[in-house]
Amino acid sequence: MKAEKQYIDIFTLYEDTICRLSAEPLNTPRAKAFADFKHLGFPTRKDEKYKYTDIRSLFEPDYGLNLNRLDIPVNPYEVFKCDVPNMSTALHFIVNDVFYNKVPAASSMHLPQGVIVGSLKETAKENPQIVKPFYAKLANTANDAITAINTMFAQDGLFIYVPDNTIIEKPIQIINILRSDVNFMANRRILIIMGENARAQLLLCDHAMDNVNFLATQVSEIYVGRGATLHLYELEETHTSSVRLANCHVWQEENSNVLLNGITLHNGTTRNTTQVTLNGPHAELGFYGMAIADKNQHVDNNTFVDHAASDCTSNELFKYVLDEHATGAFAGLALVRPGAQHTHSQQTNRNLCATREARMWTQPQLEIYADDVKCSHGATVGQLDENALFYMRTRGISEREARLLLMFAFVNEVIDHIRMDALKDRLHLLVEKRFRGELNKCQGCAICK
Amino acid sequence: MLEIKDLHANINGKEILKGINLTIRPGEVHAIMGPNGSGKSTLSAVLVGNPAYKVTHGSITFYGKDLLQLSPEDRSHEGIFLSFQYPVEIPGVSMVNFMRTAVNEHRKYKGQPPLSASEFLKLMREKRAIVELDNKLANRFVNEGFSGGEKKRNEIFQMAMLEPRLSILDETDSGLDIDALRIVAEGVNKLKTPETSTIVITHYQRLLDYIKPDIVHVLYKGQIVRTAGPELALELERKGYDWIKEEVGE
Repeated sequence: MKAEKQYIDIFTLYEDTICRLSAEPLNTPRAKAFADFKHLGFPTRKDEKYKYTDIRSLFEPDYGLNLNRLDIPVNPYEVFKCDVPNMSTALHFIVNDVFYNKVPAASSMHLPQGVIVGSLKETAKENPQIVKPFYAKLANTANDAITAINTMFAQDGLFIYVPDNTIIEKPIQIINILRSDVNFMANRRILIIMGENARAQLLLCDHAMDNVNFLATQVSEIYVGRGATLHLYELEETHTSSVRLANCHVWQEENSNVLLNGITLHNGTTRNTTQVTLNGPHAELGFYGMAIADKNQHVDNNTFVDHAASDCTSNELFKYVLDEHATGAFAGLALVRPGAQHTHSQQTNRNLCATREARMWTQPQLEIYADDVKCSHGATVGQLDENALFYMRTRGISEREARLLLMFAFVNEVIDHIRMDALKDRLHLLVEKRFRGELNKCQGCAICK
Repeated sequence: MLEIKDLHANINGKEILKGINLTIRPGEVHAIMGPNGSGKSTLSAVLVGNPAYKVTHGSITFYGKDLLQLSPEDRSHEGIFLSFQYPVEIPGVSMVNFMRTAVNEHRKYKGQPPLSASEFLKLMREKRAIVELDNKLANRFVNEGFSGGEKKRNEIFQMAMLEPRLSILDETDSGLDIDALRIVAEGVNKLKTPETSTIVITHYQRLLDYIKPDIVHVLYKGQIVRTAGPELALELERKGYDWIKEEVGE
């Protein structure tokens, strides 16, 4: 229990500080989270849900925490210059786990009335009645130790609220920057509330600025109201000594439409756990993911699509390209609950292992408790098509270029589901750079360069 | 230009080519005929360096270079082109991307700068016309969902783009209707120059009505058992292969 003990000790010692420098809605669930954490302990490979990523060993090293909320000496707006043409997003930063509030006028674009994009802590202080009914409700600390530890320590993060019938035309971009001179742990929190018929597009980018070890936990709770539409893109581009543990919970009401697209472009160790509940009839979910990994990188996606209402549709597609000694895992469960008739659920996981050393584990699961449904799932792990490689070489394309073309074609299917054109174009470029080995370390927000 | 001497090759340990000798000079059209399983496609595969086949003996020189030492891509850069009997589908790779990469790699090999996007598209447009290939096909993924005829026309289109010195047409007539056969053959003839040579591998005379061979070879059991002028193809069409089998002692 050495790994657990240091966090139990820190929390016991600093609970008052943590609470004083946060807000009441965030403080309320801490005690229960602490009790749950002590009870659960960190998961290991013996836990079915975490059998491909040993969480406890990731928490064992000693990381610094910024519980005193000391100012981090960085102005992200100066470090990151956004010059992607036509992107024209509203741009915000989260430095480690602190929402950066010193926003220059140019970045605070005109949002429709009533929309809030800002610090979770500040909003929770000023408008606790908006935050409280939603915070720490979907993310249950009793079920997951990462959620528990995040709930114990999280003091701030991102809050987005889009009122009923409100449409935000331009995408909102949030850049998470990990910035520290010592090995560091960040626990950030995301809460998004989409009112009825609201619409928004959101791009979250993860970056690690300094050459130290980072561990970031992120718990997201996303409520999508009746008839609302949310497109959420998450792009990780950190470095090989970063750990990302992200738990995301999405709750969809009747007729809502959600597009999730998670891209791991460069990382160290990543575990994304995503749970989507289709809670009202005719809700639609497009759920896409892609990972490119080499060296000793590790990417683990665990997904759970819960069809709790009738007439809902979910399309899930995850693709991995693993090179060198990289390891990947995908476990996807689609559950069709009793009464969820006319469910359309499709899940596909395709993977390329470019070397003999690369390893992929895939575990598609389907549980159906309704009889009038259309569900399918499939998973493949393979190598590049030798016939296609040879065909291209007879046309004068070098083996290296031919491999690149095939790998690019393979992941393109996921990029094509992006509905933000500027991001799609940018990703084509970034992915090509990545495959050519020109994107070996995080160089700040590549989206913005 | 091409000289094959006592070539032996096998696949998975099974010897298919058992001593091929063949010389091709610039401008010549050679037809290689022969019954199924005689080694025709193996010969074409070995010429372009298919790694599944192993050369155990003999040599191939192309304009003085030892072809067997060259990678498949460098053989292409040196001017060898194979029109595949079964062109490969490559989902996700567009024809434009595929051809642009190929053309620019050829240019790099010759020390030329890559073509600009507009130069390349202009070149594509010109060459597409030779085989009446639809613009829509050019924007699709390589061979994916193409009909049999479209695939073969696409092979000749690629040949037009890469301007090889030696083209090998491996049963380009198989699976083609009369109109497609005419378009493909006319395309090949339009691309012909006094310096370029062609090897036509076929079972039937009908392709040779369009692409006139100078020399006809019969390949049987891994060896060239007969070489003559175009009249040999007509004779085979009339009499089949049995008389040749008898002559070589079966």
